[in-house]
Amino acid sequence: MSKVLETVKVNRAFGDVVEGEAVVSEEGFSPRYDLDRWTGLISKPGHNLEGTQIRDKICFFPTAKGGIAAGWAYYDIKCKGIAPKALVFGVTNPVMVQGAIFANMTITEGWSREPRDFVKTGDWVRVDPKRGVIEVIERK
Amino acid sequence: MNLTAEEQGMLRGDQGPAVKDALEYLIKVGEFWGAERLVEITNVHMMGDIEVMGDGGLKWLECTSEKRASCAVNVSTNARSFDFPLVAHLQQDSGEAAKERKLIGLLQQMNVTTTDTCINYQTLYQPHLGERVAWGDTGTVIYANSVFGARSNFESGPAAFAAGLTKRVPEYGFHLDSHRKGTFVVELEADLHDLADWGAVAKLVGEPNQSYCQVPVFTGVKQVPSSDELKHLGAGLASYGSMGMFHMVGVTPEAPTLETALGGNTPHTRMTITNADIERVYRGYDLKDKRCDLVVFSGPQLSLWELKDLSALFDGKRVVEGTQVFVTSSNGVLSAARKEGYVQKLEAAGVTIMEGVCFYILQNLSQMRQRNGWTNMISNSAKLVNIIGAHRFNTILRRTKECVDIATTGRIQ
Repeated sequence: MSKVLETVKVNRAFGDVVEGEAVVSEEGFSPRYDLDRWTGLISKPGHNLEGTQIRDKICFFPTAKGGIAAGWAYYDIKCKGIAPKALVFGVTNPVMVQGAIFANMTITEGWSREPRDFVKTGDWVRVDPKRGVIEVIERK
Repeated sequence: MNLTAEEQGMLRGDQGPAVKDALEYLIKVGEFWGAERLVEITNVHMMGDIEVMGDGGLKWLECTSEKRASCAVNVSTNARSFDFPLVAHLQQDSGEAAKERKLIGLLQQMNVTTTDTCINYQTLYQPHLGERVAWGDTGTVIYANSVFGARSNFESGPAAFAAGLTKRVPEYGFHLDSHRKGTFVVELEADLHDLADWGAVAKLVGEPNQSYCQVPVFTGVKQVPSSDELKHLGAGLASYGSMGMFHMVGVTPEAPTLETALGGNTPHTRMTITNADIERVYRGYDLKDKRCDLVVFSGPQLSLWELKDLSALFDGKRVVEGTQVFVTSSNGVLSAARKEGYVQKLEAAGVTIMEGVCFYILQNLSQMRQRNGWTNMISNSAKLVNIIGAHRFNTILRRTKECVDIATTGRIQ
């Protein structure tokens, strides 16, 4: 197993162990408000991550925004092949969780340290829901 | 999780594979949130439209239907992405429209009533204090919790459907007393005269407090708010703040006093909303090229009273050349509005009425925007102004009468 550079605990988690490139946002997220669900690009004008591709990424968002749509939307984008590998939220809401579980996508809530203090976009990270940890494996 | 004998039977497949799958799914969701048990619900409101479900979701629904699934409780559906008679006019994809029809048929087969409205709480079902329901969209949930004192979490499409099949939801979030207490206080000093003003309050309160765990307590409200005003406040709070509940002292059933609403919590913030704050919201929108070619009244669908007011504002006027105005509502409301002549007045003014949809859910909306060259979308709905961003509109919130003036003069201030 590769060397772990940082380990951060999460409060709640669901899903398989996944590894991927981190995308770290200072702004919350909703697949309906912010995402072009045909390309996988964050499309909301002015979003902190506008223009960023989330396919196969480990996405860090401080909050969940609005909407009921995420319940179906994650399954839809997974079927379209543009889903992220995991959603890592500071604070989430039931819809994100219902949607991620329905799509069998890894999701976590809460973190023992703020993402800005341990991970940057482009770093390689692992999410292990069973152990309740996020690990930074490689720096960009 | 503690399961009853009946629930254990469901897990064994006693009530068929669809119920078994649904219960397994609900248990996983409940375990994430630390729920100790499932609780029975009386009513379900679910989102299920092709725009958000996509081919994958439709296929899943077909597979579930083949398992002879049938909902065990009344289930209504949320607004969807097509008003079929307008497909050609809006140049929507006829192939996707056919899928939407198929989806509706599948839901009906599984004992879902396809009402296609996001204002079920005004038109279809009004749960009582403490009654547990499984509702989505978010505007319906916040209204249920706050105004009725009923109990629901945000239940997205698959979760609401699973609740319909099993008549159950996991007990977490707003099903628990501890989650329903106020967490901060908002003093309403502002004079709120228009639905958009209530939406502006929601933006001011929701944006800096974005969390499902936050429950604002409003105090100082100057007049008794109407159902439509609470609807715009709630839909806005859910949209900007991801919130599922608010209290309003002296108005909502779990807030006879500030102390009761807080339930022992010490508020982390006390904020005040003044007239100047509201004006600042309106002035904060970038008018870009000042084009006024799209004005929308939607999100949530309009009540009969909103349609009545709007038809009076448009009466004798005409939407200016090159501008399009859309209004959305439900079959039931529009039927009544036709009987009263409100729809005819709006149509005579050049307004397009859409049934069973919400503007931001419309299939092909991004392409529609490009084809029409729309840059600005002007609305009196703070929720709509917030939610439509992924389709790359520049959005502007204005009061209802100003929206009508903009639509009929082609000028925006």
